[in-house]
Amino acid sequence: MPSPFSINGGACVAMVGKDCVAIACDLRLGLQALTVSNNFPKVFQYGDNVFLGLTGLATDVSTVSDLFRYKVNMYRLREERHIAPRTFANLVSSSLYERRFGPYFVSPVVAGLDPKTGAPFICGFDSIGCIDFAQDFIVSGTATDQLFGMCESLWEPGLGPDELFETISQALLNAVDRDALSGWGAHVYIIEKDKVTKRLLKGRQD
Amino acid sequence: MAAMFSQNPLMNGPNYSVNDAPRVNAPEGAREHRFDPYTDNGGSTLAIAGADFTIMAGDTRLTSGYSINSRHHPKLFKIGGTTADQKDATIVLSVVGFAADGEALKERLDAICKMYRYRHGKPMSVKACAQRLSTILYQKRFFPYYAYAILGGLDEEGKGAVYSYDPVGSYEREQCRAGGAAASLIMPFLDNQVNFKNQYIPNSGEGHALQERERRPLTRTEVETLVKDAFDGAVERHIEVGDGLQMMAITRHGIEEVFLPLKKD
Amino acid sequence: MPGFDFSNYNRNAALHARGVPLPKATSTGTTIVGCIFDGGVGIAADTRATSGPIVADKNCEKLHYISPNIWCAGAGTAADTEFTTALISSQLELHSLSTGRKPRVVTCMTMLKQHLFRYQGHIGAYLVVAGVDPTGTHLFTVHAHGSTDKLPYVTMGSGSLAAMSVFESQWQPSLNRDQAVKLCADAIEAGIWNDLGSGSNVDVAIITADKTTLRRNYIKPNERTAKLRSYVFPKGTTAVLNEKIIPKGDLGKFISVEELTEEGGDKMEVDT
Repeated sequence: MPSPFSINGGACVAMVGKDCVAIACDLRLGLQALTVSNNFPKVFQYGDNVFLGLTGLATDVSTVSDLFRYKVNMYRLREERHIAPRTFANLVSSSLYERRFGPYFVSPVVAGLDPKTGAPFICGFDSIGCIDFAQDFIVSGTATDQLFGMCESLWEPGLGPDELFETISQALLNAVDRDALSGWGAHVYIIEKDKVTKRLLKGRQD
Repeated sequence: MAAMFSQNPLMNGPNYSVNDAPRVNAPEGAREHRFDPYTDNGGSTLAIAGADFTIMAGDTRLTSGYSINSRHHPKLFKIGGTTADQKDATIVLSVVGFAADGEALKERLDAICKMYRYRHGKPMSVKACAQRLSTILYQKRFFPYYAYAILGGLDEEGKGAVYSYDPVGSYEREQCRAGGAAASLIMPFLDNQVNFKNQYIPNSGEGHALQERERRPLTRTEVETLVKDAFDGAVERHIEVGDGLQMMAITRHGIEEVFLPLKKD
Repeated sequence: MPGFDFSNYNRNAALHARGVPLPKATSTGTTIVGCIFDGGVGIAADTRATSGPIVADKNCEKLHYISPNIWCAGAGTAADTEFTTALISSQLELHSLSTGRKPRVVTCMTMLKQHLFRYQGHIGAYLVVAGVDPTGTHLFTVHAHGSTDKLPYVTMGSGSLAAMSVFESQWQPSLNRDQAVKLCADAIEAGIWNDLGSGSNVDVAIITADKTTLRRNYIKPNERTAKLRSYVFPKGTTAVLNEKIIPKGDLGKFISVEELTEEGGDKMEVDT
């Protein structure tokens, strides 16, 4: 029996650009080698500037995304303000570590802009909440190796929103084409100070 | 309530939704004897075929577990020269996986190529050598050489040729191939930068009508740049790749070999 | 106590019983060291975090704050070192507030070992605890099962043998601050070069009676070389099927906030 992280497949990546960040995911949902759906997005929005990517076991992806919607709404009601990406990252971390001995099988990725300074923020987690603060990019999912290879060679500092879109899209598309469990189209979010652009990419349907 | 509790003595609590006892690996009293003749020595290789050249590359780190056994262990070998120094060789074999098997495979193939030269009075073509390598690997179908081989040279028309293998001899001629520990990191990058996969010509159409970027043969400098950048990326993210980069360029003038430094951490 | 939530435990144990492997946590297959010198103690760590053979984080922080005069270096399961040190740091702060004394290194070490022993090694934190308190300079190691050691120089993690070889060949009973820092950094470097689980940079923390200095990225011997060319794509290279601009909403979308006026309703009491 395979690892719970690779039953349903899926990939997610986040990148830092110049005054912008990007987060992208594939759309596949599978049961081992059988593809069940080609419309299963793995990136969720929790505020103007806060995005969460979740890969891993699909049931946990849904559960965890709903759990954080609840937690973020409670935060908004209590604090009467939006949650900042860094605060959200710490919420994700402690929520996952709470289940240290019965974890959700997910590898989350957080991307956003700091609401005060507008500085890009990205980070990744393992399934028990250890945060990986990166200055360049974060990858997760069954195409982790492929994404690391792509990002490490394509990414460079100071990419503008348009360049960042091309870089993250090419990194994701080429990575998932070399992973049997990911692909079937992709969503890409480019987060800038004044707007968020969501694009649906053309990807191989095999 | 009895049904609510597990029959499993290890966990006499509430039952699972899926009822299955923990798997017991060995029956009572049975003892398992093992023979582990293989080790994974890490490292990575890469080959790209051009219009009139082939570039082969590999890192020079040899590992086992978390240890570095050697920082200068070549994975690229010239095959089928007249003498031991392989000065007039025209074919290169790269091997990654279990270093001892790689070495043994290289020795076998080289000896066979040399015998061929003495018998026929001419060097072996890459095509013939590629087929022979497949046979050697398949002959050990049930005790394989644990080695991922890539064979590079120039074909009868003088074009670059790359043949890649699995450990039991299944092979294919390709434009480019990455092998070994960091193959999964390097291969998608090669698809994108050598075969221009997923790249389209800007403003050439709407949506599905967009035209794919046309493939063109890369120059030798372009390929050498790609190889170095691909390995620098792999070294950053894979702990078993590093120390040095051995690169061989096979042209009609012979084989040029260079060693470049890589990060050593 | 940290209320761990075991509600997924039965599900995951059932899956594990059917042959599903356990999740792969980010581990700091690390080199960490500590060394006492005349007037203080230094600890150091590399900055590589791995997940299997893949480097998950090239510049992570393995030196954890406990209190102003106590710091910890962590190896093992990254999440466990992070949260265990944070938990003990918090408890120690409260303890110090209620007793009105500076926290002691032995107290910290005892709390850590009792916490780890209770979890029987399932919390995979391997720590080097160092600090200066009113009773003097202290250096300990704490293992995941709860055992501890007290030595003048210590190493832990997958690079511990490489690092210890430096200590065993160069350590001497009396060291000044600079010598100790150099020795710790050299020991970490031995791990960086010779142990595949360790890499990237050296972090150092130096604790003396009057102050603590954290030298993040004290040595950076592994800067990435420049790429030979740029891989920026021309705009329009990727095929897009659909594009949508998500406008940024305001808080009013979720919560309505009304300003209180003088005449309408009672004035809110505000702490000054």
